[in-house]
Amino acid sequence: MGTPTRRQILAFLVAAPTLTIAVNLTGDEPTAEAAIPTPPAPADLIDLGELLILAAAPTSNMLILTVESDGMVTLQLPREEVGQGITTATAMLVAEEMDIPLSQVRVRLDDARPELLFNQLTGGSNTIRAVYEPVRRAAAAARTRLVAAAAARWDTEASSLRTQEGEVVSLDGLHISFGELAVEAANTALSVGSPALKPESEFTLIGKATSRIDARAMVTGTQQYTLDLDVPGALPTMVRRPPSINGTVRSVDNAAAVRAMPGVVDLAVIQTGVAVAAETFGQALDATRALKVTWNAGTVDSESDATIKKKLRAAALPFVVPPLLTQHVDAEFDFAFASHAPLETNSAIADVRADRAEIWAGLKSPIVAQQTIAQELGLSEDAVKVHVIQGGGSFGRRLFFDSALEAARISKAMKRPVKLMWSRIDDMRHGRARAASHHKIRATYALGNVLTFEHRVASVETDFRHGLGEILTAMAANLPVGGNLSFAQTVFLTTIKSPYNFGVTTQLLNEVPLKMHTGSWRSVYSANTRGAEEIMVDELARKLGKDPVAFRREFLKTDKQRAVLNKVATEGKWGQSLPAGFAQGVGFHEEYKSCTACMVTIDARDTKNPRVVKAVIAADYGRPINPRGLEAQLLGGLTDAIATTLRAGLHLDRGLPLEGSYSQFHYARQKDSPTDVKIFIMPPNGEPGGAGELGVPAAVGAIANAYARATGIAPRSFPINFPVDFEPFPR
Amino acid sequence: MPNYTFSVNGKTVTVDAPADLPLLWALRDKLGVKGPKYGCGINVCKACTSHINGKAVNPCVVPVADAQGKEVTTIEGLADGDILHPVQQAWLEQDVAQCGYCQPGQIMAAVALLKRTKKPTDADIDAIENVCRCGTYFRVRKAIKRAAELMGG
Ligand code: FES
Ligand code: FES
Repeated sequence: MGTPTRRQILAFLVAAPTLTIAVNLTGDEPTAEAAIPTPPAPADLIDLGELLILAAAPTSNMLILTVESDGMVTLQLPREEVGQGITTATAMLVAEEMDIPLSQVRVRLDDARPELLFNQLTGGSNTIRAVYEPVRRAAAAARTRLVAAAAARWDTEASSLRTQEGEVVSLDGLHISFGELAVEAANTALSVGSPALKPESEFTLIGKATSRIDARAMVTGTQQYTLDLDVPGALPTMVRRPPSINGTVRSVDNAAAVRAMPGVVDLAVIQTGVAVAAETFGQALDATRALKVTWNAGTVDSESDATIKKKLRAAALPFVVPPLLTQHVDAEFDFAFASHAPLETNSAIADVRADRAEIWAGLKSPIVAQQTIAQELGLSEDAVKVHVIQGGGSFGRRLFFDSALEAARISKAMKRPVKLMWSRIDDMRHGRARAASHHKIRATYALGNVLTFEHRVASVETDFRHGLGEILTAMAANLPVGGNLSFAQTVFLTTIKSPYNFGVTTQLLNEVPLKMHTGSWRSVYSANTRGAEEIMVDELARKLGKDPVAFRREFLKTDKQRAVLNKVATEGKWGQSLPAGFAQGVGFHEEYKSCTACMVTIDARDTKNPRVVKAVIAADYGRPINPRGLEAQLLGGLTDAIATTLRAGLHLDRGLPLEGSYSQFHYARQKDSPTDVKIFIMPPNGEPGGAGELGVPAAVGAIANAYARATGIAPRSFPINFPVDFEPFPR
Repeated sequence: MPNYTFSVNGKTVTVDAPADLPLLWALRDKLGVKGPKYGCGINVCKACTSHINGKAVNPCVVPVADAQGKEVTTIEGLADGDILHPVQQAWLEQDVAQCGYCQPGQIMAAVALLKRTKKPTDADIDAIENVCRCGTYFRVRKAIKRAAELMGG
């Protein structure tokens, strides 16, 4: 088995009994005095991103950076770009450290490199945190060698030379380009001093708003995604899938007729359905539709929204603090399944031969993909080459390699290269989704203080079998918590924490295992868990007769947190008077050493059709690399929150989501998005924190709170407006 | 199979395809024009948005036979050599794209809108239905307004 089973991983975790860590509590000291301090949660001590960085550390310097004789510098990045802007940010790191123009840096996504072990997983907002220093080190090493080569050429001291704009420059005005020095610099006999990193105070590019390095390719249509690649002989291929999740083929009843359809080249039954290869995708799609297949049952055929809700309610762990002892607020929340729905559907190209295989796909965990596919094909790992292709969105989806594995199976069965594309309907119905969850929250208060804050989360099991398991197992000794934790609980405890001094705070997860396709969705548990908590914060404020912003200001733990809150309150004119049906709402979130506040104004005159009309967001990332890219991530997080809080979710009906396209899964459109958005990135004050996922939870809270204030309706079930307002596609 | 002759980005092409083959697949799979993207195949996501005789269409639901004798323009045909169309220029200025997958469609929709109305209002922009799953809408909006300026609207 390439991927350990859940059971094996649990066994490993239990087998590592020393779950202690000497933690250096960095960051500013808690400053709230009146509030009853909440001791640090596990995620305050070590978060998931840090675990991933620790796991990546042994191989973090195995980066490949090439200086060509034309002066171009290429960084091979062992991560996946899916729109989050990491190729641009890492190119900036290289350009800064080498003193070269950004246009001289190329970033290529590394193929699967098994020698990198745990250092090729794109998730947990870890990329920039993990590579910030290693990439600069690699660049500094290259720069030092180039300077040494110039020193040798000019027979002078390296210390008398400096670099600027891609050249080495001497005191007396000699200058030579890096390109010209590339060959000499590679000479192993060269004597080279130890490279020093540029002090952060001397940064001129890092921290400066910069446009994406691939922007031009994107606006001219030349950016290539998996299905745009020309792999000789790879035929358009699609799969007819079962009427319910994980159904399997019993028989294909008209194979000969379908094979005779125009353009159809081949047909194969695989674990997940019936694959058809054709001359064009149009013909492959027609053929999959024309197939008459008898199916075996799926794995969750008896499950629908109602049965799942019941299971989740039963699974939520009890509170410790009994009611009635003191004043308290109780609330329960439900969140529907949410499709990742990246605009580029699941896709992959596979060319499987008797003795080797080659795969192309958008992959955030390519090493595990390679191992699993090798296993599946009965090949050795080094006989399987896996190319990582820039993806058309992910939001967690491309942590899994379902399409790459499926394409490999089809290519093997058909004995030809295939270019596999999932239809949108299949991507929504048989793809992965954020697990539905149920939340119980109880807070007690007295004399203007919050005494306890308990949150019990029950969630359909989230699948983490994309390599995260092995990492967590290997890192178990670093976890600040002991006991028999499942994976999911480990992820939960290393991502979820309360930013407030709410006295005794406990946040616990219990999962309901169901055999369906789930996966981390941008911010994993935080969008729902912290989103619900931000609603509770508003309700607590109301009980205590306090303004939501003033209340947060009082109970947040640090000045850094308060600074982003104050920023949105000022810039967004918190408390301004608005017409009836409009209201402001605020939310706060902190994770992976970054924090953000979001303030929105909602127009909820029509309660069934509200629109967020304005948003003001401030975020502190410790060390922003590219503020322009960070703003883009916050804008994306805001849009995700608008969609999933107000309208977008999946209804599960007898083992299959009803939604099959964006006309049904109502991801936000232009008409749902605000016409006024202001985003502020706080100045640098430390090391880079996580970026890609931060924006969602605060925005979920802000939108729900604005809706409640505008309508007087306390939102409890998400999305708030969630009718089946469409005719589902046939199964 | 029947033949269809039409122009794509100024070049005359002939494809051999069944009459009902969606133009999207004639472009992508037969002609190698990969700018227009598949996102739904049923005229919902608008990722494939291109122009026929200057008007925005969705080739995932246009049979190739309908293109006969017409002028098809895809994202690849928008720039004049190295000189970008003002809408593309505005897109760069606003750094709109994230994953970029929807952007050929967004840009082609914006170009068509600006052809219909020189100075689009927020309501005009709201009417653009193209899905951007990365949520770049606000930057799309700003870029359309900026493009209108660049085009003298
Ligand atoms: S693919 Fe044409 S509209 Fe979605
Ligand atoms: S930029 Fe990714 S879908 Fe629009």
